[in-house]
Amino acid sequence: MSLIRHQGGWIIAFTVLVALMLTIVPLPQWLRPYRPEWAVLALIYWGMALPQRVGVGAGWATGLLIDVLKGSLLGQHALALTVVMFLTLNLHQRIRVYPLWQQALSVLTLTGLYQLLVLWFEGITGQRTGGWQYWMPSVVGMLLWPWVFMVLRDLRRRFKVT
Amino acid sequence: MVLLVLASVLLMTLDHKQNHLETLRSGLQVVVYPIRYAVNLPVDIGRWLSESLTSRQTLLEDNATLRSDNLLLQARLQKFADLEAENRRLRALLDSSLKVLDRVLIAELYRVDLDPYKHLIVLNKGRGNDAYVDQPILDAHGVMGQIIQVGPLTSTARLITDPSHVLPVQVNRNGLRTIAVGTGNLRLLELPYLPNNSDIREGDLLVTSGLGRVFPPGYPVATVTRVARDPGAEFARVEATPAALLDRSREVLLVWSGRSALAEPGERRAAAAGATPPESQP
Repeated sequence: MSLIRHQGGWIIAFTVLVALMLTIVPLPQWLRPYRPEWAVLALIYWGMALPQRVGVGAGWATGLLIDVLKGSLLGQHALALTVVMFLTLNLHQRIRVYPLWQQALSVLTLTGLYQLLVLWFEGITGQRTGGWQYWMPSVVGMLLWPWVFMVLRDLRRRFKVT
Repeated sequence: MVLLVLASVLLMTLDHKQNHLETLRSGLQVVVYPIRYAVNLPVDIGRWLSESLTSRQTLLEDNATLRSDNLLLQARLQKFADLEAENRRLRALLDSSLKVLDRVLIAELYRVDLDPYKHLIVLNKGRGNDAYVDQPILDAHGVMGQIIQVGPLTSTARLITDPSHVLPVQVNRNGLRTIAVGTGNLRLLELPYLPNNSDIREGDLLVTSGLGRVFPPGYPVATVTRVARDPGAEFARVEATPAALLDRSREVLLVWSGRSALAEPGERRAAAAGATPPESQP
């Protein structure tokens, strides 16, 4: 059991790391507002599939890393991701059995909430953000969700992450 | 859950109000350093490949251009030496403080994207190279921005076009002082607080005035591209294009200017705070 757990942890950490890299990988200027919230998508998947392994604490830690990576206020992404993970864990049994398109809608809601919280904190601290394009990462994330889901599910099955 | 939320709120408050968290942040910077490095690696490899695979002909041509450039710059420098001596003499006559020659260090940009709505860049020099918060950065053409966070190996800088960045400038032609506000557009700065009758024209060069005590005075910032005077409005609409190639420079200069290294930490927010959104103009 412990051996399997160990192996599983490695693959979860790896996917989150890749998601963090995708968060800052350089994109052309016109594409930049459309970058989905990769780390949030990955964590939602793991929280949904393995709620006993990836929880609120993992969300908080990843959010803190996003804060440092993006140079934003320390804790704002952490708090947003904590709330999102809390909801994911509460709803995981329901989301898990949804058809894929309905799952994508739930993911849209969750990432939208994440962005809303971040926007709220930025508003409190007096920073400006873009207009309607600000919400594009959630929409793109929703469109990419089936693909993210299948890739992560295959990874989970291949490496027998439990 | 509640504990973590409280911790985040505490972190945000501390980080926003004071700078107690610099140690924590720089510790975490080390954690994320491999991520940044890995993202930057393909770019580095590509550059290395293209450098080592350039043909001899290209190298020879490069060499020739560089040599002629160097000659020109040397010639100009001779004149500058003379001017500098004269400047020093005049300043001594006026009894004003001697302008210290600024120490500079070349830093390279990490090729990573941060928040698309903020203009932040990551540099490969950190506390190990004596970089400090508020340090001005330049490129070959003008002012680029200032450092806002210093980690052990990297530092993060805010460009002058960031919507929350404000820079005290003056018109090189007549010394008119004003401030340049970032717009979120890499090719655009706004000068929102100039009255309609102020003496400013298209093509004027804006230089740093040194009044914020963050930037050393006299470095080029931007060129005025548009002046629109609306008799009904309180202020003229003045737009300028930054002189620095903000989105194209790969190497930047960190500047240590004698005075700002000693400036009080409390002054650092003076230059970056208080931005009025440019849309709210009448």
